[in-house]
Amino acid sequence: MIRLEHVSRTFVVGDTVVQALADVSEHVRPGEHVALMGPSGSGKSTLLNVIGCLDRPTAGTYVLDGREVSGLDDAALTQVRRHLIGFVFQSFHLVPRLTAAENVELPMVFAGVPRAERRERVAEGLAAVGLDPRADHRPEQLSGGERQRVAIARAMVMRPRLLLADEPTGNLDTSSGRQVLDLLGRLHEAGLTLVVVTHDPSVARRAERVLLMVDGGIVRRLGPDEVGAGPGASA
Amino acid sequence: MSLADGLAFAIRALRGHRVRTGLTLLAVAIGVATVVVLTALGEGARRYVVSEFESLGSTLLAVIPGKTETTGAAAFVSVTTEDLTLADAEAVRRGVPAARRVAPMTMATETVAHGERRRQVVVAGATSEFLEVRRLTLSRGRFLPPGDVHRGLAVAVLGAAVARELFPAADPLGGVIRIGSARARVIGVLAPRGTQLGMDLDEVVVIPVSRAMRLFNRRSLFRILIDVHAHADLARAKQAVVDVIRERHGEEDVTVITQDAVMASFSSILRALTLAVAAIAGISLAVAGIGIMNVMLVSVAERTAEVGLLRAVGVGRGQVAGVFLTEAALLSLAGGVIGLAAGGLGVAALIAAYPALPARPPAWAPPSALGLAVVVGLVFGLVPARRAARLDPVTALGGR
Repeated sequence: MIRLEHVSRTFVVGDTVVQALADVSEHVRPGEHVALMGPSGSGKSTLLNVIGCLDRPTAGTYVLDGREVSGLDDAALTQVRRHLIGFVFQSFHLVPRLTAAENVELPMVFAGVPRAERRERVAEGLAAVGLDPRADHRPEQLSGGERQRVAIARAMVMRPRLLLADEPTGNLDTSSGRQVLDLLGRLHEAGLTLVVVTHDPSVARRAERVLLMVDGGIVRRLGPDEVGAGPGASA
Repeated sequence: MSLADGLAFAIRALRGHRVRTGLTLLAVAIGVATVVVLTALGEGARRYVVSEFESLGSTLLAVIPGKTETTGAAAFVSVTTEDLTLADAEAVRRGVPAARRVAPMTMATETVAHGERRRQVVVAGATSEFLEVRRLTLSRGRFLPPGDVHRGLAVAVLGAAVARELFPAADPLGGVIRIGSARARVIGVLAPRGTQLGMDLDEVVVIPVSRAMRLFNRRSLFRILIDVHAHADLARAKQAVVDVIRERHGEEDVTVITQDAVMASFSSILRALTLAVAAIAGISLAVAGIGIMNVMLVSVAERTAEVGLLRAVGVGRGQVAGVFLTEAALLSLAGGVIGLAAGGLGVAALIAAYPALPARPPAWAPPSALGLAVVVGLVFGLVPARRAARLDPVTALGGR
C-alpha cells in the first residue's frame, strides 16, 4: 500500500535547514495497522503528512497503491487525497456551523456526488459510528468522543483505502478514547489500511507494527508486544 | 460540485456571521440605492425640462440679434452688428408665409407701483401675438389690442402675482400703475402660470413693445418669437427668416433657434449630469467593494483550519477559491438587490414629496448598478479567494 524509499523532507527556517525526515524507507502492506511513535519533533507528523499527500518529500520516492505520487502536482495530489485517503485529526476539525450529517457530507459535496446518493451514504456513515440520532446536532452540541466519531465517519465517507489518524484520542477521556479506538479497530478488520500517530502506548499496542522515530528517522520497528507500558516508552 | 451545492455552502457560511454579513450587505445596498435615487433625480430633472419645452409646443422659432456660433468658445461671443427692429419683425410677418404668428419682444427690469405699493418686476414689451405664442391665458380683462405695433398705448397686462400684490383689495382692471416714471392703465390679468423656462410669468408686467422700447430706451428687440403652422414647416421657416433678415441687414447677423434645438441641448446637458452623478454614486459602490474584501479577508483568516480540512479531504485550490468568490458574489448580489428595492422606495418617496418632478431612474441605471455591484464583489473577492487557495494545507491545519 505504502512504499517509501529514501524519503527526506527538509524545511528552511530562517537561514537554518531543518531535516524533518531523513532518508526514511518503509513498506506498509495493504490492510496493515501501523503506529508511529516518537518524541515531539521526531518527524512522525511530517511523515504522516507525506504519506497523506498533504506534503511532498524533498527527496526520495513515494509509491502509494502502486502509483508513484512523489512527483505529482497539487491538483493530482488533491485527487489522490479525495479518493484514496481519509484523515482523522486530534482536534477533529469539524466545521462548526454545519451539523454532524453535513460535516460527513462535505467531502462528497465537493467531489460532486449526487444529492440522493450523498444522503444515503451520510446515513450509513453515521449509523456505522453509532451517531444516527445525532445527525442534526452541531459540533458544539456533541461530546468530544462523538465529535471524533463524526470525523471518522467523514474520513470514511469517500471510501478510502488508507486512513491516517494523528493522535486521534489526544483530546479525549479514556472511555471516549476507547470507543474511538474500537471503531478504528473495526474499520481495520474490514480491510482498511491504518496509520496512527500517537504518544500513547495503549494506542500503539493495538497496532500490528510500531515504528519508533527519532530525529526524522525510523530507529526501531517493534511488534505490539514490545511496546513498553511505562512512561519511558511514551516519551 | 454543483452550483446549487456551492450556493448552499456559501449561504451557510454567510449566515454564520449575521452582523458582519448584514453590514456588508448594507454597504452594497447603500451604493446601489444611491445610484438609483440620484439618477432618478437627474432623469426627473431632464423630463421636467423637456415637458416644459413641450408645453410651449414644438412649432416655435426664436430670432435673436447677433450671430452666435455653437462651436467652441465662440458660443459665448456674440457680435451684434445691426439692431433687430420692429420693422424687421414686420418684414418677417410679410415675407415668411409659414409664420402663423410673429411676436417681437423686449425685456427689462423696472419698478412698478400702484399707490404706495411698489415692486421690482420683469416688464415684457410685446404685441397681441405674445399671448398665444407663449400659450398664456387671461383670468380677467383683455390682452394687448392687436394692430398696435408702433403707437404703443399706455396699457398693461399684469401677471397673477403682480396683480395680487399691487391690488390686494381693489379690482386691478381699470387701475392705473406707474412703470418707472410712466403711467399705464391695467386692461387685463394673466392666469397663474408659474415659472416657464426660467421666467416667472406670474411676476411679469406686459406692455406694448413699442412703448417698452421708448421707456427703456432700447433700439433693438430682445428677440422675435415666431409660431409656425406645423412642426414640418420649422426648417423652411427658419431659412426664410434668415433670408429676410439677410436681405434687410446685408448679412446674416441674427441667430434663429428652434425650440427643439434648445430642448435637445438642455436634455443632453441634463443627461450628462445624470451620468456624472451616477459615476459619483458608483464610487460608493467601489467603497462597498473594499468592505467586501475586508470581510472576506477576515473570513479567510478565521476559517484557515476549515480551508486546511477542505484541502485534506480532496478539495482543490480552484474549488477553495470558488467557495470564497461565491460568498463575495452573493454578498454583492444580495446587497445589490436590497439596494434596488431601497432605491425604488426612495424614488417613490421623492415622487410623493415632489409630484411635479417625474423622478424615475433611466432604464440603464438599475441593471448597471446591480451589475457593477456584482463585478465589484467579484473583483474585490479575488484577493481573499486567492489567499485562501494558496494556503498550504499542512500549515492551515495547524501542523508543522
